[in-house]
Amino acid sequence: MGRVLVIGGGIAGIQAALDLGDRGHDVYLVEKKPSIGGRMAQLDKTFPTNDCSICILAPKMLECFDHPNVTVITNAEVKGLEGSAGDFKVKILKKPRYVDEAKCTGCGDCAWACRLKGRFPDDFNMGLGKRSAISLYFIQAVPRVALIDDEHCLMLTKGKCGKSPPCVDACGPKAIDFAQKPEEIKLDVDAIIVATGYDLLDPSQFKEYGYGVYVNVITAFEFERLICAGGPKEGHLVRPSDGEVPKTITFIQCVGLRDRDNYPYCCSVCCLNSTKGSILAKEHYPEIETYILYSELRAVGKRSQEYVDRGRDEYRIKYIRGMPGELLEDPETKNIIIKYEDMDSGTIERMEAELVVLNTAPIPGKSSKELAEVLGIAVDEYGFFSPKDPLGAPIETEKKGIFLIGYAQGPKDIPESVAQASAAAAEASEIIARKSSRGDEGGEKE
Amino acid sequence: MDANDDEIRVGVFVCHCGSNIGGVVDVPAVTEYAKTLPNVVYAERNLYTCSSDGIDSIKRAIGEHNLNRIVVAACTPRTHEPLFRKACEDAGLNKYIFEFANIRDHCSWIHMREPEKATEKAKDLVRMAVAKAALLEPQDEKRVSVEPKTLVIGGGISGMTAALNLARQGFDVHIVEKERDLGGMARQLYKLYPTFVDALEFVNAMIKEVEAEERITIWTSTIVKEVEGYVGNFNATITPAEGKAEEVLNVGTIIVAIGAAEYKPDGFYDYDGSSVITQLELEARLRACDDAGDFSKLGGKRIVMIQCVGARGRKFSYCSKICCTTALKNALVIKDTVPDAEIYVLHRGINVYGEYEYLLIEAREKGIRFVKFGPGNEPNVEGTNVRVYHENIRKELELEADLIVLSTPLISTPEFEQLSKMLKVPLGPDGFFYEAHVKLRPLDFATDGIYVCGTAHGPRDIPESIAQALGASSRASIPMARGFVVPEAITPVVDESACVKCGICVDKCPYGALRLDDDKLEVIDALCKGCGTCVAACPTGALDQRHFRNKEVEAQIKAFFCLS
Repeated sequence: MGRVLVIGGGIAGIQAALDLGDRGHDVYLVEKKPSIGGRMAQLDKTFPTNDCSICILAPKMLECFDHPNVTVITNAEVKGLEGSAGDFKVKILKKPRYVDEAKCTGCGDCAWACRLKGRFPDDFNMGLGKRSAISLYFIQAVPRVALIDDEHCLMLTKGKCGKSPPCVDACGPKAIDFAQKPEEIKLDVDAIIVATGYDLLDPSQFKEYGYGVYVNVITAFEFERLICAGGPKEGHLVRPSDGEVPKTITFIQCVGLRDRDNYPYCCSVCCLNSTKGSILAKEHYPEIETYILYSELRAVGKRSQEYVDRGRDEYRIKYIRGMPGELLEDPETKNIIIKYEDMDSGTIERMEAELVVLNTAPIPGKSSKELAEVLGIAVDEYGFFSPKDPLGAPIETEKKGIFLIGYAQGPKDIPESVAQASAAAAEASEIIARKSSRGDEGGEKE
Repeated sequence: MDANDDEIRVGVFVCHCGSNIGGVVDVPAVTEYAKTLPNVVYAERNLYTCSSDGIDSIKRAIGEHNLNRIVVAACTPRTHEPLFRKACEDAGLNKYIFEFANIRDHCSWIHMREPEKATEKAKDLVRMAVAKAALLEPQDEKRVSVEPKTLVIGGGISGMTAALNLARQGFDVHIVEKERDLGGMARQLYKLYPTFVDALEFVNAMIKEVEAEERITIWTSTIVKEVEGYVGNFNATITPAEGKAEEVLNVGTIIVAIGAAEYKPDGFYDYDGSSVITQLELEARLRACDDAGDFSKLGGKRIVMIQCVGARGRKFSYCSKICCTTALKNALVIKDTVPDAEIYVLHRGINVYGEYEYLLIEAREKGIRFVKFGPGNEPNVEGTNVRVYHENIRKELELEADLIVLSTPLISTPEFEQLSKMLKVPLGPDGFFYEAHVKLRPLDFATDGIYVCGTAHGPRDIPESIAQALGASSRASIPMARGFVVPEAITPVVDESACVKCGICVDKCPYGALRLDDDKLEVIDALCKGCGTCVAACPTGALDQRHFRNKEVEAQIKAFFCLS
């Protein structure tokens, strides 16, 4: 049986690891963040079934973590690669958590005890929630192990936290270890699967939307955390300015997308995502009116068009073909006034929304260029990892034995990412089978 | 150990989970209460039952107190049941004598601000778990062996891709294709996006690879007549054409890769197949022009394409995903060969997606014109005269076309229905095969051992079909590489004296695990998922599910009401 490295622990990486592990191969799943789960874990629900995202994902996360053939390495990055298919040598840097993974039971007592409790914006909740200097990444994190933030923890920055750090006193299993050091892990693998997902464009660079200036303009991922029962507001859909339930919400599509000056591609998911957001908002509070400002409404995936039709007919979502020119804030109500051209009538219109949600571009990961250099593979003009042949070999790279799956290689929805993940498992298995049929322990000869 | 002959000796372990449970629920009180329950001979509390200390203490207590039933009152079975079951096994007990009481999610979490009530509820849950545990029986898990061979139904690009990968992983594969040649719909195409390579060259290269693969047996002009069996052991009867004898193929897994068909838009826009044609017919015409080296035979230079003919609610509810990109591709191909061609694409929104957006940009740059019409404001075609209200410039256009090309959706064929019945796997309302889960199990069926890929699943393009096909082959390789599957031993047992053979359970079973053969109800353990639907549906109470026996569940309910 073979060994495979999967880089990235989102739904694509998890699926690839599970397929390979079930197939009998040994898998190393390396994730940069403190928990696996990726972007899907941050979603409240998924279209077109409105399944609770974490409810369907969490069992997979656990299955992956507990799998006898899968080793999950979190808080770690790939830093070096040598060799070729069938005989890759990989160098991984695992950053310290300052918490012993074997001892921590994930009870959370340390976070409650922390002197700096609730001081820092929490990454998983898009900064809408606050965390301590020691915390679980999120409540369903896998592994369920706390992490100390080395930028803020007083012990790590000042070497002192009162007489005795309260987290240490509170920790029953004595798991906290300030002496932890970065660890270099060396692995020999037959194949590598890249599943690093995407980052999100910061919309504050587009002054016309007022993000970061107008408090009631939020991003789609902030909306997901806001409306999620497990999020910082426990699912109460309230606007940031006054904590009131908004009566009108406007979703704005394609922010930074389909735009030659920024990212010219279509993200493939936002139209459905805003439809979902609207449906959820109306399910929480049926009196909310929702508007979706779009330039093309694309619902191409299985059961997607039907979902949009239902949104329009059953939930009375108002879809308006038009892109906003400018957003202004009413200084008293903090409502947002949107000036836009209605592309069907050709007229300039205004609407007032109590909350605006920007669908910003999912963009290639910040570190994907660096990773591409480490792995010796190519990125496309936008910065996504590029396949060898986008028609016939859509997940292979020019470098034999390295495969690309999910959003890391370009816009994709969850089912296509999952299909690609299984596909990569199949391709990796093929490489392993060839190697063992040759009885060859050395590298692949080209 | 035969627990039935022994005295029932229950051990209860109550977890503080630090302050997670212990901060709300009075764990010492729950532990003391557990000691008073019938059959409980030992109870203790642990700071963390799941820690190595906790697990060791379960194992130690099993030995010291001769325990034969174990109850843990802690977090959730979803994450921790395997761990505690394993601890029981390590101590020499059968794992099915373990029972969980979830006093975290159901007590300390949800009743966080009512510690007294949370404690009372925890006592209720422990009492119920103990009552059930006393009646639990050890179970044997059976292994079902899996034949390492696959039947791929459909010899298009999806079927061939899956077959090649499985063969190269070391499995034998049978491809059954109803047509005379392999290749599927790709044979009828001209150029393929996004690389604009020749479709025939692409598909012929793949056919060559399939033909060269020793482990692949190709059955062309052959149909699958009947399939029997279950994961690991399917028998497929196939009928080759031209009077050859039927054969029975024994395989462990099946991949459904029959392709969809292009909708023929009879009744739309005077479709006639000559001056009003479909995109697929356009591809054939482009091929013929290419073969003749003469593109003047295309049928004219002013070409009007109309999108969504029959799609997005005009006959079929869905968007066919590939028509916009196909139209752009064909328009660009024509522009490339006939530079003075004048091409209009009439559309309801161009649904290219992802990185294919650049094709739209390129088409605009090359002078292909796009005219958007609204729903209910479809173009009016008389002969080859097209009138359409252009939404963007708010004006009616009149176009005299030489050739009208209708972009129609991919649709399911009668074979979908036949195969669905034969394999007992479902079709969705759109007529395409219905996967086990739209997001997370897109290539599986609820029934084990059968997988789906390509346009059998829904409209998609070649790169997506290839990814799905490889994915389906990964899914199929898993049970075959292992060589066996182990169903959980929570399958139903049949009381034949009570069974009236009504067949309700057979109809209700979502996994096809029950069969009424020769007036005898048979449970196929390999397919059963232990959902219990059949037990609930049985009108005579003839079915009883292992590990969730009626008497066990009744004991739990009675314990709640303190009736026993």
